[in-house]
Amino acid sequence: MVEGLTKAFGPQTIWRDVTLTLPAGEVSVMLGPSGTGKTVFLKSLIGLLKPETGRVMIDGVDMVNDPDRKVYEARKLFGLMFQDGALFGSLSLFDNIAFPLREHTRKKEKEIRRIVLERMEMVGLGGQEHKLPGQISGGMRKRAGLARALVLDPKIILCDEPDSGLDPVRTAYLSQLLIDVNARIDATMLIVTHNIEIAATVPDNIGMLFRRDLVAFGPREVLLTSEEPVVAQFLHGNRHGPIGMSEEKDAATLAAEAADVRNRVPKRGFEIPPQLRPTEGMPPRAAERRHAERVDGMLPKLPYAAQQAIWANRNHHDGGGRVHGGS
Amino acid sequence: MAAPEASVPGAGAFRQVGRLFALAGTVLAMTFRRPFQVRELIQQFWFIASVAILPTALVSIPFGAVIALQVGSLAKQLGAQSLTGGASVLAVVQQASPLIVALLISGAAGSAICADLGSRTIREEMDAMEVMGVSPIQRLVVPRVLACMAVAVLLNGLVSVVGVAGGYFFNVMMQDGTPGAYLASFSALAQLPDLYVSELKALIFGFIAGVVAAYRGLNPSPGPKGVGDAVNQSVVITFLLLFFVNLVLTAIYLEVVPPKGA
Repeated sequence: MVEGLTKAFGPQTIWRDVTLTLPAGEVSVMLGPSGTGKTVFLKSLIGLLKPETGRVMIDGVDMVNDPDRKVYEARKLFGLMFQDGALFGSLSLFDNIAFPLREHTRKKEKEIRRIVLERMEMVGLGGQEHKLPGQISGGMRKRAGLARALVLDPKIILCDEPDSGLDPVRTAYLSQLLIDVNARIDATMLIVTHNIEIAATVPDNIGMLFRRDLVAFGPREVLLTSEEPVVAQFLHGNRHGPIGMSEEKDAATLAAEAADVRNRVPKRGFEIPPQLRPTEGMPPRAAERRHAERVDGMLPKLPYAAQQAIWANRNHHDGGGRVHGGS
Repeated sequence: MAAPEASVPGAGAFRQVGRLFALAGTVLAMTFRRPFQVRELIQQFWFIASVAILPTALVSIPFGAVIALQVGSLAKQLGAQSLTGGASVLAVVQQASPLIVALLISGAAGSAICADLGSRTIREEMDAMEVMGVSPIQRLVVPRVLACMAVAVLLNGLVSVVGVAGGYFFNVMMQDGTPGAYLASFSALAQLPDLYVSELKALIFGFIAGVVAAYRGLNPSPGPKGVGDAVNQSVVITFLLLFFVNLVLTAIYLEVVPPKGA
């Protein structure tokens, strides 16, 4: 869906020639150190920012170059959860979440009420519908933003750092919520984050942006077992590697670091946790089967470690007593 | 869209002007696109009228008086005292009234619109709205601009009446003018097109005040200070534009419509 995208602000190139396809219905995560343009990437996908070159094709509409009318039409397929919620400050939570329904559907007020209250219950905001966004905490605003993004049952859901400002328990609930949503409406999801916990447990696919390039994009296990220095460093939260405090280190620093034996820390093992499943009672995720079939196709070409991790994950799930499609 | 920006001196100013015109064009086009935001329009209309009506009325009394006194004393020196009424009425209706209205709408309502839109922009509310497939220009800017225009036209009527009455009062009471001569010269010199052009000016000025406020509000520099600066700039830019456009409109009017009796 994304082809050769390049974005620059003035002379500063944010990233160049990013090409990837988000597999339909699957959950993908885009990782990257702070300041690598993850948010800019999301905004480009949805046409808020216009990259200099490249195309973003959504159902035949080019979000970059097509006229505004078409882009607006295509945006109705999207749900975007902003970093800080981006709720309308003058409207109550209820009106905020009802906004897309009132704008784009001809539903009766009664039905709108039912849908909104259900969504608010889903994100754990039941009973808060009359509060203004200014009266609730950042984490709650975030969840309200998610509820608003979900209210139209979008085909594509983009989440901008769903975890920042949330405690670990809420983050875990949120991860589960995202998987459940995916199981229920089979939406294509892209989550931008630097939270390893989410990256390791939620997605089918992971990509990583670094140093103005898409370093990698592929099935979850491939990234998690990757030997690529940038990816490995990021996953381990290690100081030693190509990522420095201000974005990146130069070659000289890297060489000095490599030469300094005292700097060598023993490499910690990174155990890959099993992927989250929908909660009991939810339909099985259609994406899981499709993803499995797709991965089967490329399995022989994947590194050994990744193959092992994929099998381990599948065995874990089969052991959990669920019927498994694919393999 | 964002082609590599050339660094010719002054290019930045032209770019801003171009974007301002683009927004004005978009607003005009979006005005006729459904669904029309009636609710928002009424709310904004009410808001703008409520903040602008009292200061406008209060400003228009002394303004009408000043013009009447100045014209009155000048006419006395020239020995054309009997024509004071017509001259001061024309000045009030054609020049003072639309400008007073536009300045106050820009100062009272435009600054509020700009601050409102600006703080929404930096809180990403505009982006959120666009993402939900709703055009902020259609949804927020068009009702505000239309409300500015409508309030300007209606207030212009009020200011004309109050200004003329003020002028009459001061001329008759303080300069010993004769009421009959004041009213007679009024109908001798003034004609209906004077009123039309006054309302047309008010309409255009209201549009300018609304569009400039919206333009600065939609493009503030980042941060809360950016919004403050944007409000400030929106008022200054509107004032500059108003006087320039007024000059052009007046020149055209004087060419096109022959003065009465000529």
